Amino acid sequence: METTRKLIRKQSLEKLYNQLSASRKIYAPVIAADKKVEYKYNPSFADVTFDHLRSTLSVKNVVFPKVENLFYYSNSKTESTIADIDLNKIPEVVLWGAHPCDTAAFDTLRSIFCWDITDEFFAKRLEKLVVIGLSCHLSDEYCFCTSVGLSPNSIKGSDILLSPLQNGDFVADILTEKGNNILLSSTELFESIGEVNLNITEVKQKFNHEQVTAKLAGAFENPFWVANSLRCIGCGACAYVCPTCACFDIQDETKGKNGRRYRSWDSCGFGLFTLHTSGHNPRHVQSQRWRQRIMHKFSYMPDRNKSLGCVGCGRCSSGCPVDMNIAEQLEALQNI
Amino acid sequence: MNSLNTRAKELLENKTAQVIIGYEEGPTGVVRPAFITDAAKADSLIYDERCVQNLAVYLTKQEVKRLGKMAIVATLPVMRSIMMLISEQQLFAENIVVLGISAEGKLLDVADNKVMQGYIEQSDLSNPAKYKELITNLNKLSPEEKFLYWQKELSKCIKCYACRQACPMCYCTRCSVEVNQPQWIPVQSNTHGNMEWHILRAMHLAGRCISCGECGRACPVGIPCHLLTMHLTDQVYNYFKVYAGTSEKMSSVLSTYEPNDKESFII
Amino acid sequence: MSDFEPKIVAFVCNWCTYAGADLTGTSRIKYASNVKIIRFPCTGRIDFMLLLKAFANGADGIIVSGCHPNDCHYTSGNFHAKRRWIVFKELMDFMGIDMNRVTFSWVSAAEGAKWAVVVNTTVTRIRELGPYVSYKELVNKSVEEEVKNE
Repeated sequence: METTRKLIRKQSLEKLYNQLSASRKIYAPVIAADKKVEYKYNPSFADVTFDHLRSTLSVKNVVFPKVENLFYYSNSKTESTIADIDLNKIPEVVLWGAHPCDTAAFDTLRSIFCWDITDEFFAKRLEKLVVIGLSCHLSDEYCFCTSVGLSPNSIKGSDILLSPLQNGDFVADILTEKGNNILLSSTELFESIGEVNLNITEVKQKFNHEQVTAKLAGAFENPFWVANSLRCIGCGACAYVCPTCACFDIQDETKGKNGRRYRSWDSCGFGLFTLHTSGHNPRHVQSQRWRQRIMHKFSYMPDRNKSLGCVGCGRCSSGCPVDMNIAEQLEALQNI
Repeated sequence: MNSLNTRAKELLENKTAQVIIGYEEGPTGVVRPAFITDAAKADSLIYDERCVQNLAVYLTKQEVKRLGKMAIVATLPVMRSIMMLISEQQLFAENIVVLGISAEGKLLDVADNKVMQGYIEQSDLSNPAKYKELITNLNKLSPEEKFLYWQKELSKCIKCYACRQACPMCYCTRCSVEVNQPQWIPVQSNTHGNMEWHILRAMHLAGRCISCGECGRACPVGIPCHLLTMHLTDQVYNYFKVYAGTSEKMSSVLSTYEPNDKESFII
Repeated sequence: MSDFEPKIVAFVCNWCTYAGADLTGTSRIKYASNVKIIRFPCTGRIDFMLLLKAFANGADGIIVSGCHPNDCHYTSGNFHAKRRWIVFKELMDFMGIDMNRVTFSWVSAAEGAKWAVVVNTTVTRIRELGPYVSYKELVNKSVEEEVKNE
């Protein structure tokens, strides 16, 4: 559909927020007690921040929750009865104020979860999701969206993209059918608009991802991996905060005769991630696991899923206890 | 710090050590661990008040050990971690060179383990002042308030295990949580399971924690999990008069006993 | 007056307390029936996680009991247990988990009468404290945390 640009004034934005949160779950950013930014369900508009850089955790929770029940079961002496989760009960969620890196991540996640077969849980959550993105007027040294084909006001993944104006009002770009439905149900809040100067930050490009992908094709045995991963301690922080990491573990939790099967986030950085039942572990040292992370995102995914496994949000680097700065490593890889 | 760089260069040039584990400043200005194998690069080592990460965690990492004999820049917590690792048979003293750093930031001459032990013994081994204060403040809360405080903090835990991975004493190749017969701790993150995880971790570190605070620093969501382990360090000293990491012959507090250990609650 | 009957789990060692509890029975001493006894070879075998699991599974109170120091059937198991309990109790107090709900005792095979007293005083104390609501709420809240995603 053709995209439309509208003006929405600050007071109307508050009205829109309140209208949406009255009938749906709204996942919006707030500043927590320890000054970190986190997304919460249905905070009051007064608590919602428009000046955040990045939240500690990504927003993939709305389509790929950190723990998700797959089914319940009940065991008798002779059989197991399975009770499926009713996916139709998944509520509509409005993701409010997600930056373009986070909104673009939904496309990347779709390229994984709906690659050859469709992951029903993911697909249903994505179907019920409306994304109201927020362009960036702030950035820092960890941001590198422009190196991975994105930008601080990229429309990728948003249904409506809000961009701040100098005077506190917002430009709203209505991009999809879902976004148009919101416009149609609250036309009085949106006004027409002419030419504008948007307040968008600049993010200098650090590397060319196509060149990195090309270099990686021949870099499997390169000594780069050992030298640059010695300090990695092998935790799951980078994978868990990442908006595009999608690995999960499946566990059964049983109590007596009843139980449930769930999936929860997992990380390829963990030492036992690839441990086989035989005892063999193909990635038994950290350099192999670090190589896997980079190769998966910048070589295997472009090759196989036709998408890049990174949106340049910088969370992994700012959250890493030992400064495994991914942009720094990719810049170096471009030049090996 | 020139004397450190000179010594590091020396060790590499005369092949006493094959890798220097220290600190460097990354391109964004963040201080991070450095692994110098080339004498020409020894000048990139730094030491200042930002250098607080406990580097001893790397002494048990396969790919670091593979490089050869390791020299390690060691402030007091790192020295104590080294002692603990030796006492738990995870490290041989002959396989490392200790580049000791005093509390004032000066390079120490640590010729051997005896010297290191001497230095440790004359240092203040109690919890650093700022952590003491935080623990004292928490102890002022009522039991109900404490329970709510820890529930609130631990609801944020995402089970990334950065706390465990950052700790030099968590070197088990298969952690309790990675065993499913029995599955003590749920794999997923939920407040109750997170609490059980941190309780298990604190108990497994009781008498072994040397109060470096690395676990709390590593946490990506800002949980003060170091206060749990440090509180037990305090209590272990109160009851058993032992601080961890003071000698290579010491036995772990929870694997030993004194017949006259005092308590007041067993009827 | 509530009719709350506390659920107590007792972790006891086979050689002393379990035998002692047997003696309580054979001596026809009446005592509260709220306790479910779990038998271990030795208190040294009792993992602190078990106490947490007892609370998580609905116990309102816990008794942990074994041989007197120097009388352990395995010589030193109870010494190790004592150290572990000292440290565990301090951690629980720091986190606000109610250790008034846990009784630690030494009950020998000859102390049938003492076992009855230990159980009765524990049950009375827990009855006064009431059910361990805050722990049950913690467990329920955690179950809800997943279900809310459905």
